[in-house]
Amino acid sequence: MTYPALTPFSRRTALRSLAGAGVSAAFLGGPASAETLKGRKLVVVIARGALDGLSVTVPIGDARYYALRQSIAVKPEKTLPIDALFGLHPKLVAYHGLMAVGEARFAPAVALPQRIRSHFEAQDLLETGGAGLYQASTGWLNRALQAGGAAGPMTALAVGAQEPLILRGPAATQSWSPGGRVDAQTGRLASSLMDLYADDPLLGPALANGLSVENQAEVLTGGQPMQGRDGRALAATAGRFVAAPSGPTIAVLSLDGFDTHARQGAEDGQLANRLGVMDAALAGLKEGLGDQWPKTVVVVVTEFGRTARVNGTGGTDHGTASTLLLAGGALKAGGMVGDWPTLAEGRLFEDRDLAPSLDVRSVFKGLLRDHLGVDRKALETRVFPNSLEAPATMGLVA
Amino acid sequence: MPYDTALDAAIALTRFGLGARPSELAVVGRDPQGWLAAQIRAQGADQPVGAPLPPHRQPPIVASAAPSDMTSGVQTAAVRTWAAPGQDMGPDQALSDAKGAGAEGTLLQPAVLTFTPGQSLPTIQDAFHIYADAQRQARAVKGEPGGRRAAVEPVLEEAGEEIFARFRLAAATPAGFRERWTLFWANHFTMAAKALPEAAAAGPFEREAIRPHVFGRFADLLTASTRHPGMLLYLDQAQSIGPNSQAAQTRGGKAGLNENLAREVLELHTVGADAGYTQADVIQFARALTGWSMGGGQAPAELQGLYYYRGAFHEPGARTVMGREYREGGEEQALAILRDLAEDPRTARRLASKIAVHFVADDPPKALTARLEAAYVRSGGDLAEVAHALISAPEAWAPAPMKMKTPYEFLVSAYRAAGVLPGDPAREIVQPLTALGMRPFGAPQPNGWSELAADWAAPDAVVKRLLWAQRFAAAHAPDGDPAAAADAVLGARLSARTRAALSRAESRPQAFALLLMSPEFQRR
Repeated sequence: MTYPALTPFSRRTALRSLAGAGVSAAFLGGPASAETLKGRKLVVVIARGALDGLSVTVPIGDARYYALRQSIAVKPEKTLPIDALFGLHPKLVAYHGLMAVGEARFAPAVALPQRIRSHFEAQDLLETGGAGLYQASTGWLNRALQAGGAAGPMTALAVGAQEPLILRGPAATQSWSPGGRVDAQTGRLASSLMDLYADDPLLGPALANGLSVENQAEVLTGGQPMQGRDGRALAATAGRFVAAPSGPTIAVLSLDGFDTHARQGAEDGQLANRLGVMDAALAGLKEGLGDQWPKTVVVVVTEFGRTARVNGTGGTDHGTASTLLLAGGALKAGGMVGDWPTLAEGRLFEDRDLAPSLDVRSVFKGLLRDHLGVDRKALETRVFPNSLEAPATMGLVA
Repeated sequence: MPYDTALDAAIALTRFGLGARPSELAVVGRDPQGWLAAQIRAQGADQPVGAPLPPHRQPPIVASAAPSDMTSGVQTAAVRTWAAPGQDMGPDQALSDAKGAGAEGTLLQPAVLTFTPGQSLPTIQDAFHIYADAQRQARAVKGEPGGRRAAVEPVLEEAGEEIFARFRLAAATPAGFRERWTLFWANHFTMAAKALPEAAAAGPFEREAIRPHVFGRFADLLTASTRHPGMLLYLDQAQSIGPNSQAAQTRGGKAGLNENLAREVLELHTVGADAGYTQADVIQFARALTGWSMGGGQAPAELQGLYYYRGAFHEPGARTVMGREYREGGEEQALAILRDLAEDPRTARRLASKIAVHFVADDPPKALTARLEAAYVRSGGDLAEVAHALISAPEAWAPAPMKMKTPYEFLVSAYRAAGVLPGDPAREIVQPLTALGMRPFGAPQPNGWSELAADWAAPDAVVKRLLWAQRFAAAHAPDGDPAAAADAVLGARLSARTRAALSRAESRPQAFALLLMSPEFQRR
């Protein structure tokens, strides 16, 4: 079997100056005006368990991909076309549609600032936004809320029964998950409980906040009970929350099941099924956001990637860099974000993992600065302290 | 008064136990600490029991396979039957499906507080056969609409029965501390239903690997967990093959190492991620673990579904893990590493801290963790000694309740308060717990459920608890004076303010819902 040879780098080298290098940002990126940024929305989707980026944006043009991945390599003719170097996993149909109209981009080799192979430490670092472990105990999105955006105060909503670390901190946030139906009696119970919770720092604010969201959900879902397992419907409701008048600026969703140590599959199988759910969630977000889609950026991010080589059990182990996906009508059309380090001999991190070409904080900083208008100084000092080596990626949003 | 026995009795039942059943406060009486101490016993936890197995659960009689394939490593095909490719259900499918239809939510009559000892629940070997039969059936009906669902039904039914038996034990037991202590260790060694084989194995894993050892030596608990087929499946160990093993020679590039179990044992079960081990240590430990496997469908009948050391998978050679040398020793090599990990002071410190966080506070008093750590070290990792240290530590009895009940603890304690038992696992246990973010045997990741109070008090979660309490109280509010019912459940922990609110409620269900949602009931 033969596969296309590695494509030349000229196009990507040209892109590099736009995407990766933040040095020039200060000269090119003027502060966005409050008016332009009014009503901007950010949706963060955390793919937990270490998403295998090499199966998402498949490096079909990289000479070593098939040798490294063997039985779990996605065949080039099965991928959805991107360019000569990359093909998209066949389950990402909706995402591919967005790509076709310039509303989706990807960064193929994104990683955390610290090399960690523990899911839980890495997720903590991803969500606290520190330069290293244990440098922060609050979530970076919460700190962004405290800093505020160019268009005024921002609010955030977590979708799911638990509050993710990325939103944890002093700024109040909302959370919602499907399955609730409030009635008049609930209201009466709640008002009695608010008295009982007066001195409880956790329960009081949580109940008040939760009820207001639940009431809103009643309106948004038309009072229809919803199945929590329907990824598309769940994401669509999340989208409607965000799109509603005075809806939150930021929403966070989590997807799990990406820890594919064994029997990962290729075009079909375990990982493909999860990618199908991810694609449905992206489609659902667009549907729910409706006319607010043009003002939205969605970012899909994972804690780290997986080993470049297939392991002995038809899966992959904990690696380093992975793919980050961007979507949304507010995205600036363009190609790949950051470099492709290649899978060539000697280019792998520790001869094992895809090496990182972009610090995940650069993408987050670029979005907070250019999309939501978070003040630069606050961004550097409070939201992402000690992140000078990860300059904001510029040119992500229109 | 320096020592308030009434308050301590209420604390013993809620902070250390699973909540009071009516009249239980009187049992705890004047010696709360003694009541807790009496629950610590060498034979370990209580065992959930189930109803007799229906006929399709009976393990089939399997002809013995040739013994020769036990050592040659040729029966990985059989292992794959147990973990067949392409048959994985999404992690959220396997268990929450546990029977949507079925009997109407029949609740037992109030005051039925003991469960009938019935036939034991399936062993891991039974579970293997249930799963293997389901897979065979699924292949036979491939292509038929709904065929697979019907074929795997027995597995889901078994999983539902495990959840049911376990919940009813918790809701009925007079030894609430013993069960809480057990649930802590079950969560520490999370083995969740991420796909169908794990859904079948999760109940047997907890009953066989965890429950017998919760008051024994940690080293034994760790070994039992690490080598149980449930964990070998869940963390992909069963098929991990040493690159220079005998099996690797015969199958070329198709065989290889899987690091998952080795990494999680270090990070989650023993020394912790901040212990300073490297990727090289993980690989060395993973190599030592090669061969720790299980019997598949082509193994001799007596080995099917059981832990089984495959010498052909083992990576030969000496190892160095975290600076210690381990000479070549086959199966013994990883055992020696586990023993050293159990004795490691970092393991002692980490377990002490986790226990203190679970029972007392997200940021527990240092004196408390120091006591627990000292008890662990002094006793050589005897968990009964650690449990005694916990219940006798003054810091653990501080009146202010710093923790939130988890959803599981909340539901169990509500059933205890009402004096009823659930009658339908899907409707009364799995569905509400899923909505509250804690699907039974369904932790999304190997680090298990969060031990932090704040993680269980998100706005949406509190509303979901309220909605559940409202429905539950409508069905099960006890007769009589609501304030008296609250006294019976919370004792001296009930505040005047909550008591007043209960007596102002417009109906018994509303009063009972308020009791369940009161800060005193939600916190422990």
